[in-house]
Amino acid sequence: MTTDTPLLSLKGINKSFGPVHVLRDVDLDVRAGRVTALVGDNGAGKSTLIKGVAGIYPFDSGQVLFEGSPVSIGGPKQANALGIEVVYQDLALCDNLDVVHNMFLGREVKSGVTLDETSMEKKAAETLKGLSVRTLKSLRQQVSSLSGGQRQTVAIARAVLWNSKLVILDEPTAALGVAQTEQVLALVRRLADNGLGVILISHNMNDVAAVADDIACLYLGRMAAQVEASEVDNRQVVELITTGRSGDLGLQPEVAAAGGAV
Amino acid sequence: MSTVQQPTDVDVPAAGDTAGIGQAFRDYLARVRGGDIGSLPAVLGLIALVILFSALEGSTFLSIFNFANLINQSAAIIVLAMGLIFVLLLGEIDLSAGYAAGTAAAVLAVTLTNWGWSWPLALAAALLTGVVIGFVIGLLVARLGIPSFVVTLAMFLALQGLMLLIIGEGGTIPIRDDAILVIMNGNMPVWLGWVLALVIVAGFALSTFLAIQRRRKAGLPAEAMSVWAAKVVALAVLIGVATYLLNQERQLPNAKITIQGVPWVVPVILVLLVGLTFILQRTGFGRHVYAVGGNREAARRAGINVKGLMITCFIFCSTLAAVAGVLLASRDNSVSPTTGGAQTLLFAVGAAVIGGTSLFGGRGKIRDAVIGGLVIAVIANGLPLITQQSGIQFVVTGLVLLVAASVDAISRRRASATGA
Repeated sequence: MTTDTPLLSLKGINKSFGPVHVLRDVDLDVRAGRVTALVGDNGAGKSTLIKGVAGIYPFDSGQVLFEGSPVSIGGPKQANALGIEVVYQDLALCDNLDVVHNMFLGREVKSGVTLDETSMEKKAAETLKGLSVRTLKSLRQQVSSLSGGQRQTVAIARAVLWNSKLVILDEPTAALGVAQTEQVLALVRRLADNGLGVILISHNMNDVAAVADDIACLYLGRMAAQVEASEVDNRQVVELITTGRSGDLGLQPEVAAAGGAV
Repeated sequence: MSTVQQPTDVDVPAAGDTAGIGQAFRDYLARVRGGDIGSLPAVLGLIALVILFSALEGSTFLSIFNFANLINQSAAIIVLAMGLIFVLLLGEIDLSAGYAAGTAAAVLAVTLTNWGWSWPLALAAALLTGVVIGFVIGLLVARLGIPSFVVTLAMFLALQGLMLLIIGEGGTIPIRDDAILVIMNGNMPVWLGWVLALVIVAGFALSTFLAIQRRRKAGLPAEAMSVWAAKVVALAVLIGVATYLLNQERQLPNAKITIQGVPWVVPVILVLLVGLTFILQRTGFGRHVYAVGGNREAARRAGINVKGLMITCFIFCSTLAAVAGVLLASRDNSVSPTTGGAQTLLFAVGAAVIGGTSLFGGRGKIRDAVIGGLVIAVIANGLPLITQQSGIQFVVTGLVLLVAASVDAISRRRASATGA
């Protein structure tokens, strides 16, 4: 499953907001066909890292390689053009529009001045079918009538619609019940199985254990460790998150301690 | 890896048609229960009001003359409400639309009567007045971020003054141009009325038929032909009866001239209804209006130019208000400082809300203006036949608006409750 060149490769990323040094020399590799879980405590820098990749703001220094070649992501549109899509925690769906309208929001297919509803609906149905989504009664129902898991599904399907290569999911299961979490995780798994690179931000160790192939753990702005999920157990991941190290893994003791003192 | 859970719900859209009228009706009921209530209360209310007034004061209320009168009374309110719907869809409000109508009417009257311009030029000047007013409001709301309530409240006062300045000392300016007067005072020839009716029904039947064919060809679920036929027949009966009634002689038996035919304002409203509905339902701009009204932040992140869109909507609102102003000038044969004032704006907002447009933004259609406008006109027209006390008329109109707003709030709550 592992290919030689990572889909996305970050090297020595730094980012400061004024005097606050949020990311320090962060390295991260994301491979196509694999789910990379990005974990870390609140304030560890997960969101900052993701927003940089999404083009919300630039990194101060460091290199971004996409499919092996260096790129600079100047804005969200450029990220989209590369094939990077982000599903934010609040999903950014319009309740008063239906599933198709939401999936094509801002990027509607038109014929002349009119919207081409039939081809949009067709493409939306194909995308959902490709993800084996079978929980929507109709593509023409308003998003307000959907459950939390179905909304998440729509948001993820929207991200996949555009031949994207890398999908970043921010806490996709945070607001979901048990059964719906199960469904969304299965969907995340299918994204990777379809050959996409997936970054999954999560606080939930069960989710991480269930779907992640790789685990990257941020600790106070540093990449504590990036390991294969099969090599670590839950306890070690939690240690990495809370102290930045676990046995041989993670930051050197003095670095971790210094980081903790900041 | 987790096990793939067996989905319990129905499969994603199977290709094929919905199963006939019964199914279509059940689907509609389900949508209404889910909070997508649309114009249903307004239509039911309209029917109830007509029955009520007919029972109490049948001979006068149901007279053919009164039917044409209803159209005349509601036309300006309907057009004003159409414009307001653009702004209401964003979750904003335009309190100045009534006086925007008045100001545009004043510009029309001055250029037409005092300066002797030809009517197309005067009409263009009046519409341009609307465009400018809308642009100014839109800039202040979208760019400066002042709440639309405050901006348009200020404009409500300022335009009232501007209108007085334009009209000048005289107080009232008469309109004598036939082209302008005929809109609200003239009727189409009987044969043209029937042609219009035929065009509407055939146009509706054809466009909906082609839409169904397109969906079938694409393998998407489409409306059943029986449902389509039922809709076309219902529309044909409605339009046919209305045209027949309007084509009857409305003049008193011993009068010399005849008054019959569909008022010219009807095609004006129909063109606006079809054109604006097309803009809101079929174009990217319209889709984005709903998106901004539904979730402004989501629309912004989807790359929609929210500020430009808001300015455009305010321009639509004020320009349609200018059209309403022209209708008012045509109806009254003159423009005075009270044109577009008094309750004109409140009636228009009421019409939009009664018709089913949400004050919270994101929900509403242009046809709401027509249905709501007719409800308002029926009340304004029917109540005086029962009671002469204007106090009661105000109270009743206010209550109807409150009921409509309550229905809006409740259906909104239902919509979010069923999504849980």
